[in-house]
Amino acid sequence: MSIPISYYLALSAILFGLGVVAFVFKRNIITIFMAIELMLNAVNLAFVAFARAHNQLDGLVFVFFVIVVAAAEAAVGLAIVLALAHSRQSLNVDRVDLLKF
Amino acid sequence: MIPVLVFFGCALLAVAGAIALILAREPIHSALSLIVVMLALAVLYLLLGAPFVAAVQILVYAGAVMVLFVFVIMLLNAGLEERTNFSKLMWVGITLGFLLMLETAHWLYHSEPGTAIANSPAGTIAPASTFDLSKLLFQQYLFPFEATSILILIAMLGALVLARKDE
Amino acid sequence: MTPILDHLWIIVLLPLLGSAVNGLVGLSLGERWSKGAVNAVGVGSVALSFLCVCEAVREFAGLSADKIPVIHDYFTWMIAGSFRAGFALQVDQLTVVMLLVVTGVGLLVHIFSVGYMAHEGGYYRFFSYLNLFVFFMLNLVLGANLLVTFVGWEGVGLCSYLLIGFWFLKKSAADAGKKAFITTRIGDMGFTVGVLLVFATFKTVDYAAIFQTAGPYPVENHLGVITAICLLIFMGAVGKSAQLPLYVWLPDAMEGPTPVSALIHAATMVTAGVYIVARLNPLFARAPIAMLVVAIVGAVTAFYAATIGICQTDIKKVLAYSTVSQLGYMFLACGVGAYSAGIFHLMTHAFFKGLLFLASGSVIHAMGGEQDMLKMGGLRKKIPVTFWTMLIGTIAIAGVPPFAGFFSKDEILFAAWAGPYANKPLYLLGICAALITSFYMFRLIFLTFFGQPRFDEHHVHVHESPWSMLGPLCILALLSTVGGWFAAPTFFGGSDHFKDFLASVFAPAAALAPQVAEASHSLEVQFSMLAVLVGLIGLALAAWLYLGDLERPKRIAKSLGGLYTLVYNKYYVDEIYAALIVRPLLWISTDFLWHVVDEGMIDGTVNGTADVAQAAGSQVRKLQSGNARSYATWVIIGAVGFTALLLGLLGTRP
Repeated sequence: MSIPISYYLALSAILFGLGVVAFVFKRNIITIFMAIELMLNAVNLAFVAFARAHNQLDGLVFVFFVIVVAAAEAAVGLAIVLALAHSRQSLNVDRVDLLKF
Repeated sequence: MIPVLVFFGCALLAVAGAIALILAREPIHSALSLIVVMLALAVLYLLLGAPFVAAVQILVYAGAVMVLFVFVIMLLNAGLEERTNFSKLMWVGITLGFLLMLETAHWLYHSEPGTAIANSPAGTIAPASTFDLSKLLFQQYLFPFEATSILILIAMLGALVLARKDE
Repeated sequence: MTPILDHLWIIVLLPLLGSAVNGLVGLSLGERWSKGAVNAVGVGSVALSFLCVCEAVREFAGLSADKIPVIHDYFTWMIAGSFRAGFALQVDQLTVVMLLVVTGVGLLVHIFSVGYMAHEGGYYRFFSYLNLFVFFMLNLVLGANLLVTFVGWEGVGLCSYLLIGFWFLKKSAADAGKKAFITTRIGDMGFTVGVLLVFATFKTVDYAAIFQTAGPYPVENHLGVITAICLLIFMGAVGKSAQLPLYVWLPDAMEGPTPVSALIHAATMVTAGVYIVARLNPLFARAPIAMLVVAIVGAVTAFYAATIGICQTDIKKVLAYSTVSQLGYMFLACGVGAYSAGIFHLMTHAFFKGLLFLASGSVIHAMGGEQDMLKMGGLRKKIPVTFWTMLIGTIAIAGVPPFAGFFSKDEILFAAWAGPYANKPLYLLGICAALITSFYMFRLIFLTFFGQPRFDEHHVHVHESPWSMLGPLCILALLSTVGGWFAAPTFFGGSDHFKDFLASVFAPAAALAPQVAEASHSLEVQFSMLAVLVGLIGLALAAWLYLGDLERPKRIAKSLGGLYTLVYNKYYVDEIYAALIVRPLLWISTDFLWHVVDEGMIDGTVNGTADVAQAAGSQVRKLQSGNARSYATWVIIGAVGFTALLLGLLGTRP
């Protein structure tokens, strides 16, 4: 028997929700970044599932782009983290509160 | 039969990895859990008939991006124990994530395209050919393709500038 | 050939030019050249205007009846829809009389001021204001529509305020100026509403057009629209001409220099009310109720003011109340339909009251500034010219023939008894007022000029005034003597020349008057005798009380006790007004409108808005905690909410 697409979509939703939870909870900046990557992956899964459902390849192209952009974002984000770590001597996101009122 | 097993196996693996990411104490453990998730998702892509994407996922995502993460963790000696205080924020976060999950699932499940999709079979049609994919990429989506290449260039430059130590 | 009548604006413009020159460059004129330059501009402009008026009268005399009134519209002042008002000047017989009075008496007062104000500061300013006043008064009498008249009306009020408060550094003078302006403003409100009502009813404000449109209107015996118009315009007259209840400003206006009192508060401005009632006689003739109101107010004021005049000790205040009383006579005349008698009394009153005020100025000048009659006495031999001219004025006002006051007052009283709108109780009030008038005027003469000097002769050097002051006194004395002889022929079977001259102006009113039997000539002569008798009784009473030592008046005053105190304090009217009107108004404006509305509500709203914004901001900024995780939480809350919204909106389609 074949797996209905909705199962994939449900899995995507679960992963996304877990990503949100991780984002809210974790204190280490790098871990928060990883939660973002998790969310992006969940979205990729949804795209691929839809591409299969509509029998079109546009979804896959989109996944391609998402991966590329995620990579670029990870690079820049980690560079920022490096700079932050140098200046703050800590990777705790709660210490980065200079924009406090 | 086999696809069903593979699916559920990989699905469980992915969810377990995600939970491990949340519960891990050290960031390096979170990174490794994420790699597990990505690998599981790659198998699921294969199952959905998108081998190219699966390959790209492993090569680029798991192979480059996560390696970068591990580099940085090592570099910064982020073996610092991070403690999460399970405060009111925890309950808020869990509830929100749960709600979001439910909503999305409900939406995807019950909307018209959703139910149609729900009933369409997967894994019985031939996988997408790379040739067709590249034709789409380089003809219809040529501009975004070029744009993303410039994006990567800029990201490189940005990363260089940002991470440089001021002397 | 009527050069002046064709260019009426010259008459009006000359004093304005004089005022402008003196006002703008007067200070340097007076310092770099001499006071003579200021005089030349100030007096000269009015003198030239007077000459133009004389020429205009000469031309007027040669006009045929169909060319009267002469109306010239110079430019369109305002157009709004169907309403058009132009700057139009007109001349008819009534205007001629008023012009001669205004410029003639005005010129004499200007000449007098040269001497009186010689030692005062702000010399050029005085002449500038005085010329400005003449300009506005000329506008008032020459105006061919209610709006030009109203411009003059307001303008003379302004000049009155400026001149009363001429010595503005003295608080009582500044207060008096304010009081005059504000009290007349109340009347002006009525005037303005009246003008609006005129436009609403007749669709025009030009006199000629109004009277033509009003032709078909019948005599109203109920409170109709014409009665309303007349009463409202009369309200303005009550304010401007100081009748009950708006007379309170005139006695206080004596704070101004004496020439001001003579010109503005005796001869010209206060007569503006009488002029406007006389001018609108076709409308008043159609509103007998309004005429009755006018007559009653006039008669009651005449009597009331006369009673107050008995007890006053300030020489100018006696004359002020006398003015209020005589104005009451003029309104009584208009109220009983004897318009020409009212205007006649206006003219003779300008002569003798102007004379009395200027002479009192001469007395004050002689006494070095003293105005209290109880501190005078025995001045007869020391300032003879002033004494004789003032005596002539007093005899004129008492109504003794052959002086001017007799003819005019007699006509008014007879019309009150036997005219078409006769009202016998008002006649009684009038004749009693005449008695009291004669009494207090002669009291003034005896207290000031007779008896022993009640002042220290070593400190006060009584000296006669210069001829710049005595000249106008003599001229006015002459006019007070012969000024009434226009009406003299009535006693010999002829007709009143003055009444004949003004007949065509008051013809519409005469046509609508109720028809009564023409009074017999002998009855008229009898009433005249009665009036003269009354005047002589007043003289005798005053002589008995005040010619000699002052013990008798003091005893009588003490025996009258409370009544005397009441009259001496002017019936406490000022205090009553202060308590009933001024204090509540002050309370409302200060405690309520200022503190509660302005500070509390308006400022409160503005400040409150700022406070609210600040409070809101201080709460909202707590959102910016710098804590990235709380930001993330908010983002997710938003995402969840948005998704729920989309779900709700798009719904699920099975």
